[in-house]
Amino acid sequence: MKAKVFLLAAILIFGISGCNKGEEGPAQARTDGTPVAQEDLKPAYGDMIIRGSIGDASVLLPILASDSGSFDITALIYNGLVRYDRDLRLIGELADRWEISDDKLTIRFFLRKDVKWQDGHPFTAKDVEYTYKAYVDPKTPTAYATDFLKVKEFRVLDPYTVEVTYNEVYAPALGSWGQGMLPSHLLEGKEITDSPLKREPVGTGPYRFREWKTQERIVLDSYHDYFEHRPYIDRVMTRIIPDPATMFLELKAGRIDQMGLSPLQYQRQTDSSWFRDNFRKYKYLAFGYAYLGYNLKDWKFQDKKVRQALTTAINRESIVEGVLLGLGQVAYTPYKPDTFWYNDNVKKFPYDPAKAKEMLAEAGWKDTDGDGILDKDGKPFEFTILTNQGNQLRERSATIVQRDLRKVGIRVKIRTVEWAAFLKNFINKRNFEACLLGWSIGIDPSQIDIWNSKKIGPSELNFVTYQNPEVDKLLDQGAAVYDPEKRKVFYDKFQEIIAEDQPYTFLYVSYALPIISARFHGIDPAPIGIGYNFIDWFVPKQLQKYHIEP
Amino acid sequence: MGPYILKRIFLMIPVLLGITILSFGVMKLAPGDPTSILTDLNPNMNKEAVERIRAHYGLDQPSYVQYFKWLKNMLVLDFGRSFASDNRPVIDKIVERIPITLLINVLSMILILIVAIPLGVMSAVKQNSLFDKGTTVFVFIGFAIPTFWLALLLMILFGVKLDWLPISGFRSLDYPSLSFFEKIFDVSKHLILPIFVSAFGGLAGMSRYMRSNMLEVIRQDYITTARAKGLDERTVIFKHALRNALLPVITLLGLSVPGLIGGSVIFETIFAIPGMGQLFYQAVMMRDYPTVMGILVIGAVLTLLGNLLADVMYSWADPRIRVSG
Repeated sequence: MKAKVFLLAAILIFGISGCNKGEEGPAQARTDGTPVAQEDLKPAYGDMIIRGSIGDASVLLPILASDSGSFDITALIYNGLVRYDRDLRLIGELADRWEISDDKLTIRFFLRKDVKWQDGHPFTAKDVEYTYKAYVDPKTPTAYATDFLKVKEFRVLDPYTVEVTYNEVYAPALGSWGQGMLPSHLLEGKEITDSPLKREPVGTGPYRFREWKTQERIVLDSYHDYFEHRPYIDRVMTRIIPDPATMFLELKAGRIDQMGLSPLQYQRQTDSSWFRDNFRKYKYLAFGYAYLGYNLKDWKFQDKKVRQALTTAINRESIVEGVLLGLGQVAYTPYKPDTFWYNDNVKKFPYDPAKAKEMLAEAGWKDTDGDGILDKDGKPFEFTILTNQGNQLRERSATIVQRDLRKVGIRVKIRTVEWAAFLKNFINKRNFEACLLGWSIGIDPSQIDIWNSKKIGPSELNFVTYQNPEVDKLLDQGAAVYDPEKRKVFYDKFQEIIAEDQPYTFLYVSYALPIISARFHGIDPAPIGIGYNFIDWFVPKQLQKYHIEP
Repeated sequence: MGPYILKRIFLMIPVLLGITILSFGVMKLAPGDPTSILTDLNPNMNKEAVERIRAHYGLDQPSYVQYFKWLKNMLVLDFGRSFASDNRPVIDKIVERIPITLLINVLSMILILIVAIPLGVMSAVKQNSLFDKGTTVFVFIGFAIPTFWLALLLMILFGVKLDWLPISGFRSLDYPSLSFFEKIFDVSKHLILPIFVSAFGGLAGMSRYMRSNMLEVIRQDYITTARAKGLDERTVIFKHALRNALLPVITLLGLSVPGLIGGSVIFETIFAIPGMGQLFYQAVMMRDYPTVMGILVIGAVLTLLGNLLADVMYSWADPRIRVSG
């Protein structure tokens, strides 16, 4: 998605994320089990894919939406000027190409001339202008205004050329134009929050809206005049099934074609030959990580040595094994391990309880009164880990952390709190000692909002109060350069410092685990996930299950 | 009777007002507000953007102003717009969920009555018999079994293994293309499991209630009299005793009126039924004040009306307690 960093509150159902970790799948077989000759597997139009989703969409205008349920749908209906390709490089979508001025302050987009809205109206610079204005309009309740508010001037040069000028060089700017473009001819002059397009969207994308039964299903049909090409799959139905166990039974009964599996379902419940014949499982790193964040305002955590010792005392491999059943990787920095920005050459503090004890002793924590708990200045080393209710992975991880830290003489309590209360009463008020949470990782490497020394105000994201002038500088420098190779130098250094300072103990990056009916072909896992080439997925004629009347 | 009902309805107004003030107050006490979900821990949000969104929903005003605004709209039956990002009128959100919720609850209520009343009567008549004890065990198993667990077991058996019934939802994918009778058949097929599961859990209450009523009634003098008259046992039980034992059920039915539009979150979640329970739960979690208040008000009105209805029905059915005036 376009959000840079987003809390891992929602489960990603549809792959916007991923890496090339491969697939497990059957030899080609018909639904009755007889093998299909390779030459029959030609792309063909037709059939329907039924995806399971635990949450309904809330609104189908990307400018107003903030939940993955809505984004899973709008991603198929709208296009941005640019998008990330399979290898996470920015390419043109509605913009054919773009030019960046020599001072790097101005971007000029040249729009495609062959794009039509799904109602037949041509797409032009007017739509881009409307979209920009809607985002910066103070009356629009959108979560994505910030990037657009950095624009100093927006100009329409001709019906197919627009130019934006920024106040300062801002590398994430280009990616921000991947936000879905809105149809000005349907929205101009109207209150966007009242628009019927919220429930009956019109976009330029590969799929057009057909029907939405609240909390039941959303149905999209392929848009035959889509400017790239007509998608092969004629219909996409998203069924809302809030309970993952029920969803899994629907999958088994053949009534849905795609869902995201839990580690348990992936490892233990889908390992039969029946599943291997009828489904393919995919596995790739999700764009997100879990961490244990320390409140650096708390006296116990102010010493870097203590934080390093805590990380050394926590057996992160056993969290990956025990909580994720091996379906994840240990995290060492706030970047996704298989991406360009990741720096593997950082301090890792491998699990070593004896060494952790030594490090704690060096920092002054010793068990002087013989009660098995370390103490310093007469105070025992004990603290509470807060996490949000309803996320079992986090609750279990916290339990393992508790066990590991007990071994080195630290007493940990765990407290789970309902989400809104958790944010308002604890995180936003800095009223916690340590918290176990997750961030999603954006495609753009800028992470200023999480690590900058100034982002420590109420409700701001640096709630652990991490302050390091060097990091501030590196992040600013990284955001002011467009060339990825040059940017990476800053972010590499940033990762080394973060790994040294350990304001968080980075815990794990989990795998996204989609399972898809074996009749779908053309799925090609890439660093960005599997959804990027959805219009090229197809079902060979003889395997098609549903007959779609337009 | 007329003036009595009018008086009762008039008395509802202050009660209703009290309920709304309490609900609004309690809701405001819960930490967080509707913007938290959208803005907290979201790097794209700066302070101005947060304020902008708060102002959009009127959350920048003091609570009492918000309450009176809401009340003023309520007086003309305007439930307002949801604070969820869909921003739809609350009444639309509620209305689209009422039919299915009502259908399931009414059917399961009927099923409970059909099964529980005979069970209760028989248990009472044959008190302490093997049948009585067996029934007790059976209905308490129903009461004790977690809904979600039973539902999943039945889904595996009938949905996956036998493939007789659909697993979740309340209509098929090709529903719009079906004929009228096919539609009825389709929905019925989908509702068999949900209604069975919800009725199974509700059997205990009603049948035990019926049993104890019946036990009380058959110890009364008039039953002895009836027997002394030489009436056969059937007539004694079904004509003289049952009628009187059924009276308290009226109260119970009256009180269950608000329950007919209230759903259960667990139950609706497991069967993927878009009912009121899910709507209310999500609204509370998102601090969607107008939706929560809308549902609470409708619930409160129905509770009060249900009470009134029960009283009226009762006095109609039982001349002994008819209110004067």
